[in-house]
Amino acid sequence: MKTKARVKKDFTMSFFAILLGMLAGSVLMAVTGNNPLEGFIYLFRGGLMNIERIGNTLATATPLIFAGLSVAFAFKTGLFNIGGAGQMLIGGLCATAIGLTFDLPKPLLLTMIVFGSLVGGALWASLPGLLKARFNVHEVVSTIMMNWIAYWTVYYIVPQYFKGPFLETESQRIPESASLKVPWLTELFNGSYINLGIFLAIIFVVISALILERTTLGYELKAVGYNRDAAEAAGINVNRNIVLSMAIAGALAGLGGATFYVGFASNMQIGVLPAQGFDGIAVALLGANSPWGVFGAAVFFGLLHTGKGFMNAMTAIPPEIADTIIATIIYFAATSVLIERNWDRIRKINFGSLVPGKGKNTLEAESGGDE
Amino acid sequence: MSHIVEMKSIRKEFPGVVACDDIDFHLKKGEIHALLGENGAGKSTLMNILFGLYQPDNGIIKLRGEVVNISNPNIANDLGIGMVHQHFKLVHNFTVTENIILGLEPTRGLTIDIKRAREKIIELSKRYNLNINPDAKIEDVSVGMQQRVEIIKMLYRDAEILIFDEPTAVLTPQEVQELTKIMHSLINEGKTIILITHKLREIMSIADRCTVIRWGKVIGTVNVSETSEEKLAEMMVGRKVIFDLDKRAASPAEEILSLESLTVENRDGGHGLKNFSLGVKCGEIVGLAGVDGNGQAELVEAVIGLRKPDGGKILLHGEDISNLSIRERIEKGVAHIPEDRHKHGLVLDYTVQENLVIKNYYLPPYSARGLLNWDNIYEHAERVIKDFDVRSGQGADATARSLSGGNQQKAIVGREIDGNPDLLVAVQPTRGLDVGAIEYIHQRLLEQRDQGKAVLLISLELDEILDLSDRIAVIYNGELVGIVNAAETDENEVGLMMAGGRRGAAV
Ligand SMILES: Nc1ncnc2c1ncn2[C@@H]1O[C@H](COP(=O)(O)OP(=O)(O)OP(=O)(O)O)[C@@H](O)[C@H]1O
Ligand SMILES: [Mg+2]
Repeated sequence: MKTKARVKKDFTMSFFAILLGMLAGSVLMAVTGNNPLEGFIYLFRGGLMNIERIGNTLATATPLIFAGLSVAFAFKTGLFNIGGAGQMLIGGLCATAIGLTFDLPKPLLLTMIVFGSLVGGALWASLPGLLKARFNVHEVVSTIMMNWIAYWTVYYIVPQYFKGPFLETESQRIPESASLKVPWLTELFNGSYINLGIFLAIIFVVISALILERTTLGYELKAVGYNRDAAEAAGINVNRNIVLSMAIAGALAGLGGATFYVGFASNMQIGVLPAQGFDGIAVALLGANSPWGVFGAAVFFGLLHTGKGFMNAMTAIPPEIADTIIATIIYFAATSVLIERNWDRIRKINFGSLVPGKGKNTLEAESGGDE
Repeated sequence: MSHIVEMKSIRKEFPGVVACDDIDFHLKKGEIHALLGENGAGKSTLMNILFGLYQPDNGIIKLRGEVVNISNPNIANDLGIGMVHQHFKLVHNFTVTENIILGLEPTRGLTIDIKRAREKIIELSKRYNLNINPDAKIEDVSVGMQQRVEIIKMLYRDAEILIFDEPTAVLTPQEVQELTKIMHSLINEGKTIILITHKLREIMSIADRCTVIRWGKVIGTVNVSETSEEKLAEMMVGRKVIFDLDKRAASPAEEILSLESLTVENRDGGHGLKNFSLGVKCGEIVGLAGVDGNGQAELVEAVIGLRKPDGGKILLHGEDISNLSIRERIEKGVAHIPEDRHKHGLVLDYTVQENLVIKNYYLPPYSARGLLNWDNIYEHAERVIKDFDVRSGQGADATARSLSGGNQQKAIVGREIDGNPDLLVAVQPTRGLDVGAIEYIHQRLLEQRDQGKAVLLISLELDEILDLSDRIAVIYNGELVGIVNAAETDENEVGLMMAGGRRGAAV
């Protein structure tokens, strides 16, 4: 089975990235004349202080989990899916359309919404997959273009068929029966935005992890991602796996779209690409492309997003600081290559200082290296 | 002190293995010093330490009598140490010059002074007879040329101590001769050379001294003039090595593979394959001899399915397989030991156990209904590891990347033979293996044959072809020159045919 050391290493690197990001945030807070400690206390309290805010943190994290899973999954096959935003839009559009069209009991309608958004996202993303497999069109280019096609598709369809009563720029509100929000959950979390999407997200984290670690499908996808030539020579159908990987990534993003547009929100705006689609890249990066890592990273980002308003209200620190922290974390996660390169040393420092004899040895070697 | 390098009780541990177990190594100025040891003995690790790629856990390195701390390869460069790695490290779409100056670009103001670099390269190339075109792109030049680029890269950095990690494993016999000449001219210019190789004959012919390593420990350092191939082999393996194969006469049966006027268009500068016909029977080993680049690669790729032939037929058991997918051919019993183990052989980031099922992970007992059965995969890996002596720190859980070059090769060979294929297409199956491992793999190939399976052996080593094959087909310029019985021919005849001479033409 997978070596534990690897997981530990990934975890430590993400941890370092977060630490360094927060450090940079502290410096910024200090430079702007604020007390960093106070700032962070309010930031975290804003995301965690009561049951309602915890609910909001999870609700904010939900689409991020899906978007992150989508990027991470494609990445395992060596594909860079930047089309999360467009796939979310299409997933959301399918969900909204189903919700506004059919008048059915809630359980049935929600099931249809889930499947509709999943299939919509999958089909949408398999197109760049096909282009890559057939004509070797780079997926970064084609998924970005698909984002804009999705953007304009929504721009056209929503006002045309699902126009809201007051505004041209948004759809009608979906009926209660089509919303992933359910009263018992909302009440449990004292009126927060939390909705069934979080359970869906957890289920798909588990499914993704299972696919990647336990199935022949996951084995093939990763083999293609790590070494296309060797996979091909071993008889694995590389092109099929590229399309499949994109389709699964699109399905995940599509579901994320559903949880956003008929869970977190209750109607669709036109003229915006959901930022979560892009934040998913950061989430995947920080989560080291592992499903549970993505879950943790998304919840952490959800926390920062939920807490920044509170921090702003209680201190003079502008909410942009929270965004800066997020950006810095992304930056450090991306440069984790540097940390990785010096991993041996970092590990030695950590463990070396616990073992007296060895620690001394390492320190000597360290100081020698500086000369 | 006449020692230019002294490594004292160098220790390096990796998870589960002591790669260097308090190694002492002394290098005299101006000598060619061979480093010999089994696959996984720790040779590359020791040299990577000297080159600053790894930090030793313990021990000191003295250079010209002074203790030095080589914490990265740049420091090694500054200290005059250069290294040509087991797997080259060149940028493929860069030119020779660009590759050489990479990392220490000479500048004039803000621009890179390519011209000056180019002149220096031409001058070095002349001085050492390297015959290098500074403007060629790496992807267009032969492996032998790539190696000379690596050599000139060291010389460009004024290296005095030159480390060669298995330089001859990837070379054709002609290129090996050229390299030998180059090494001698380097020594004449006052350089010192460390040479890692598994080929005892090379050690005997060019090295002055030889240090033998076994399981991370130094067994001894000997003067080459006072030893023999047999003695070296015994020191290295710890037992007598039998160089003669126990080979009985073959009893070939019906034809399993028939190539009928196979034509494959020329591929990046190669000769392609022209109207090539050849039959391989069950129960025999057919060797394909030829100078590198005469159509061997095209033939192999066509047979295993990586390339569509442009004409002719490939029959397996009488059935045309030219339009079958790679997987369908594998399922029909075709196995393949690839020439490039990192490109086609292994997923380096997969563990050994994952790599060992890469061709049959989807079949029982390794999976059922799409779910992998890790217990069975692990068990299978344990068996292959044991049978083929694949050494690593963490056994089945080690990533392929962490294995030594020779052990990566053993894993691939083990995987392919373990599948008990009807037809094994083996390209350089023993590349990078130590003599003990070569002996074992050769035995296993003969066993396959004796069980009525067929082997198509492609090798640049004429010795290997002559020793193992029952029949030898010679390829030149993409065409079949002729087929001879191994028992009735010798090196000279095959050598002539490899140069394009018809059989009997020059006797
Ligand atoms: N980065 C690494 N991580 C873990 N183990 C390693 C690593 N590098 C080498 N090893 C282990 O150290 C041992 C020595 O490896 P090394 O590459 O030095 O062998 P070698 O003597 O060069 O063998 P070969 O002749 O096959 O090239 C092997 O068991 C190998 O698996
Ligand atoms: Mg080696």
